Amino acid sequence: MSAKPRVAFFDFACCEGCQLTVLSIGEPLIALLDQVDIVTWREAMSEKSDDFEIAVVEGSITRDSDVARLQQIRKRAKTLIALGSCATLGGPHVTANQHDPSDLLRLVYGDDGGRFEAGEVRPLSAVVAVDIAIHGCPIEAGEFVSVITHVLQGLPYRPPSEPVCYECKLNQYECVYDRGMMCLGPITRGGCNAICTSRGHQCFGCRGLIDDPNLTSARDVLEEHGLTVEEVLRKFEIYSLRAAPAKVVAEAESDRQKKGAERWRYKSST
Amino acid sequence: MEIQVEHLTRVEGHGNIVASVREGRVQKAIFEIVEANRFFEGFLRGKSYEEVCHLASRICGICSLSHSSAALSATERAFGMQVTDQVKLLRRLAMNAEVISSHALHVYFLAAPDFLGLQSVVPLVKSDPETVKRAFRIKKTGYDLAEVLVGRHTHPVAAVPGGFTMPPRIAAMQEIRDRLVALRGDLAATVSLYQKLDLPHFERPTEYVSLRQPDHYSFLGGDIVSSEGHAVEASRYREALKEYVAPHSTAKHVRWHRESYLVGALARVNNNWRQLRPEAKSAMKALGLTPPCHNPFLNNTAQVVELVHCLEDSIALLELLLERGMREEWEPEVTPRAGRGVGVVEAPRGLLIHDYIYDDRGRCEQANCIIPTGQSLANLDADLFAYAAHLADRPQEEVQRGLEMLVRAYDPCISCSVH
Repeated sequence: MSAKPRVAFFDFACCEGCQLTVLSIGEPLIALLDQVDIVTWREAMSEKSDDFEIAVVEGSITRDSDVARLQQIRKRAKTLIALGSCATLGGPHVTANQHDPSDLLRLVYGDDGGRFEAGEVRPLSAVVAVDIAIHGCPIEAGEFVSVITHVLQGLPYRPPSEPVCYECKLNQYECVYDRGMMCLGPITRGGCNAICTSRGHQCFGCRGLIDDPNLTSARDVLEEHGLTVEEVLRKFEIYSLRAAPAKVVAEAESDRQKKGAERWRYKSST
Repeated sequence: MEIQVEHLTRVEGHGNIVASVREGRVQKAIFEIVEANRFFEGFLRGKSYEEVCHLASRICGICSLSHSSAALSATERAFGMQVTDQVKLLRRLAMNAEVISSHALHVYFLAAPDFLGLQSVVPLVKSDPETVKRAFRIKKTGYDLAEVLVGRHTHPVAAVPGGFTMPPRIAAMQEIRDRLVALRGDLAATVSLYQKLDLPHFERPTEYVSLRQPDHYSFLGGDIVSSEGHAVEASRYREALKEYVAPHSTAKHVRWHRESYLVGALARVNNNWRQLRPEAKSAMKALGLTPPCHNPFLNNTAQVVELVHCLEDSIALLELLLERGMREEWEPEVTPRAGRGVGVVEAPRGLLIHDYIYDDRGRCEQANCIIPTGQSLANLDADLFAYAAHLADRPQEEVQRGLEMLVRAYDPCISCSVH
């Protein structure tokens, strides 16, 4: 049989928009099929196999009952790729962690809440080792192709590490702050080619914090526009409650204490 | 005969078919929804209206534009905002874009392999590359129309309360109009393909529910109407549609007059076919779809009819907008106020309702979202039972395949329905 690398797609709690973004590549996807064999992809195919080298996994883990399935996938795959911000950061539903799961169950299902399961929203890396993270809500199709190409050639992949602000300026888009809006572009990981600010919309931080954010400079920008780090971090919680590095959280905590505000509710990942 | 299909393939999300037939009698036939709940209705509480509108599209990767439109409409109603005629037309166009890409995905990639005796479209890449390329072309054109209008299909970036952060560029509108015109041949080929497919003959009358506008085939706004002859104002949906918990489903079920009802392409065509564009009416005739149609498998056919309608409607809307000239309308001022707003759209899979209560600072106090697939689930269970009885004397593989095809014909969007 063919010696092409075997790829499998899986998903957990998510909207499946990142897998659809892969499908949206269109005809170039047909060309990709010359390079790999897609052996499992529940959303698109009925063919199934447990024999694969590369697992592409979308979604976050929210129930203990899903942990074993992810561990099985990890065991079988040589390379595990986390696809999209639900998988890499927790994603747009991560702020569910600020509520008690039993309250959420009661809110949605009423007295039947006890029949169903809910738990802490976790990125895949909280459960298994992740080899490559493709951030974004949704991902950029081009980055997916680039990651697969790196894996096929055995090259290490480094996710983009410049902030969205850098890509926005390269494109000479009008600064959203100048339009009186707030924007997470200065400290959010790029790779999206600043798609939101290209249309005059603020960045909501869907790719998480850059590895080494220049907080002093960010603070200057924010203060110039009358914002505090605390306000910005509250915005950051939308996608990556657990991803905020400890020092950022500590600074926010001290800001908050100075103001005598309510205690910071960040849940430590350890 | 015990049938257990765990994680049915070629549908969005995780669902299992469980059926049991003993001595020719169906004991059980249900579609279990086992998808994890993300609790949008819980965590949207306390968020600002901007965050609500940004996050709402994330309920679904396929119909993100529908969720965005429903959330925007609900928020505008809560704040007492009016939108301009240009914004209304652009939003109608955006809904068409989503219907084109979503129906193309289902008609070609998810449903068609069933009728061609295949497991997926992958074998077609070698045996019939033209068909696969056509499928990608139609889907991509829907994506690209959305990109022109709102920056991205999944998830839109330029749609905000009151309108758009930026209006689309004229040159991009002209270019996409030409591409839509060129797509007519691909849609004619899609109609021919579905003419040749032998869809199962199975009928079970039910209640068909959709939106209705007085003057056009609605994907955006209008009253909620039922084939039983009832109509209710969208903002009063709670008086009509009753959500309830089914023990085998993390998505809530809904009923109105009967035990169950159906939403989606077939319901819309059944209720509103008179408002279809003439080209779509011709396609309907060519495909042998005669409303009222009670065969759930013809939901696939109704989607092909709507593909033709949305293509023609998009070309006409683009020409109208270009002829009138685009006004430079930028993101309007939003003044939050305390209140409740209900937004309704026809997502590709049917009636979608977003209902928000905001406080005077524009923070969300309560959120309720009623998803098309959730509304059709009780009807799907009833159809599964009836179709299993219809097939009861056939070999197990055939029954299983038939039930799988039936679920796929519904085009369920499971993670969306659980949200």
